[in-house]
Amino acid sequence: MYTEKVLEYFHKPKNLGKIKNADGVGKVGNLACGDMMYLYIKIKKDGEKDIISDIKFQTFGCVAAIATSSAITEMVKGKTIEEALEISKSDIIESLEGLPPIKIHCSVLATEALAEAIYDYLLDNKKPIPKSLEEKHNTIVKSNEMLAERYEEWIENQEE
Amino acid sequence: MKKQKTKKRIYMDYAATTPVDPRVVKTMIPYFTEKFGNPASIHSAGTEAYKALEKARGIFADYLSCDRNEIFFTSSATESNNWALKGVASAYKNKGKKIIVSSVEHDCVLNSAKWLSQNGFEVEHAPVDEFGAVDLEKLEKMITKDTILVSIMHSNNEVGTLQPVEEIGKICKSKGVLFHTDAAQSFGKMPINMKKTNIDLLTASSHKIYGPKGVALLYVRRGVLIDPLLHGGGHERGKRSSTVNVAGIVGFAKALEICVNEMYDEKLRLTKLRDKIIKYILKNISNSHLNGHPKDRLINNVNMRFDFIEGEALMMELDSKGIEVSTVSACASSTLQFSHVLLACGIEEKYAQGTIRISLGRFTKEKDVNYLLEVLPEAVKKMRKISPLNIENWRM
Repeated sequence: MYTEKVLEYFHKPKNLGKIKNADGVGKVGNLACGDMMYLYIKIKKDGEKDIISDIKFQTFGCVAAIATSSAITEMVKGKTIEEALEISKSDIIESLEGLPPIKIHCSVLATEALAEAIYDYLLDNKKPIPKSLEEKHNTIVKSNEMLAERYEEWIENQEE
Repeated sequence: MKKQKTKKRIYMDYAATTPVDPRVVKTMIPYFTEKFGNPASIHSAGTEAYKALEKARGIFADYLSCDRNEIFFTSSATESNNWALKGVASAYKNKGKKIIVSSVEHDCVLNSAKWLSQNGFEVEHAPVDEFGAVDLEKLEKMITKDTILVSIMHSNNEVGTLQPVEEIGKICKSKGVLFHTDAAQSFGKMPINMKKTNIDLLTASSHKIYGPKGVALLYVRRGVLIDPLLHGGGHERGKRSSTVNVAGIVGFAKALEICVNEMYDEKLRLTKLRDKIIKYILKNISNSHLNGHPKDRLINNVNMRFDFIEGEALMMELDSKGIEVSTVSACASSTLQFSHVLLACGIEEKYAQGTIRISLGRFTKEKDVNYLLEVLPEAVKKMRKISPLNIENWRM
């Protein structure tokens, strides 16, 4: 069962869409698993700080996937990228007043999409990438590869 | 005080379960309070219950063209299917060890078979074609001397495809193996004749035909051996111990009686509504596809997939408009596993997440269908607007 908050975000998603000329784009998830999230961020300089001035999302997925992507965009808008990276899956779940246990992975996916968007921005602008973000990026890439492999394996088994 | 607007609710998930017909409820009521006897007792109250039970059994025997002693009442289709597989395997374990089930069976058949495979039996899965119908040639080749039972459903609960049961029956008979069919979705919707078709065991359930939940049956052809699943006081001629659920069985029988009386008209009515939905969707919603066979399908089953979106989200969007359907997408399942039925039909997991099943029934009106067709294209459009996928990046 979904909370009213989840359904509210699902029915009236905030920050839906694409940003043309985005400063960073994060694409995570896999079709076969039924979840894919695209996050687009726009960065504004404020002295030394990088502020997420705009953020939009597009999601292929279930109610929880759509609600968590929408929720994270609201949470990070106006924050510095350091602050944004601090947001955990628990923060998202809390903002949605809970998620069914089987849907927790959707909130993880939302944090990954954001991390990837920020990583993309830092890389593009040749900025130093924090070690923890680098590690997170590597894990995401690796798990996506694993999913792709699992999928290939399945296709092969079917053909036999 | 502001009057709360009640949400419109249109139930289109009759394949999951059905409401009990008020005529069934009325028939059942005396059996809770006045005629509450245990049919195993020989005093007057018991005799009264026994007579009601046997009258009910006769209604099933008439519909199936079988002997009333071939009908055994159980608590659910899950129990009947467990019993058919395990009971037959146990009774024939000295004859052979191999059991064949189709790859599109309900989980209760697949998991019973799996359990048998962990307990000394060999299980093979018969493949299906793109519509979900069993490949007869391959099935025939799979049957060996060691095979004791073939279990293939009468019609598929997800995609609605009817199985070629007549032909399967003939193959099984010629090979000397038993044939069980799970008819949970077909029972009461079409004629099933045990004299004309070689079915040795058949499962049916009450709650799919406007009867109460908690009642089902297993037909076992005379001469077929089956060991009990439940041991106890020897009810149901020693085959299925448990105090008999008389009220439930009386309701189940009444439900069948109504289905039989209304079968012809209901078939015409529902088939027309079913085809209207399928035709409209394929014509008016781009990148939509029908799952299952276009013609050889259950009278009330519509199963569609929409590209670029996911089924659970679409289902919940429809729910917010008051329409209740179901989905088999990976996201919506309790194990995050995609539908084994669509996989078996060769439909790629990644391109079929946007699948919903719309199943119609006795209380579905034409205006409900019109409302669905008004709301559904908008719902699909809304979900597609949220999705990053479209025709350009779909099959990348």
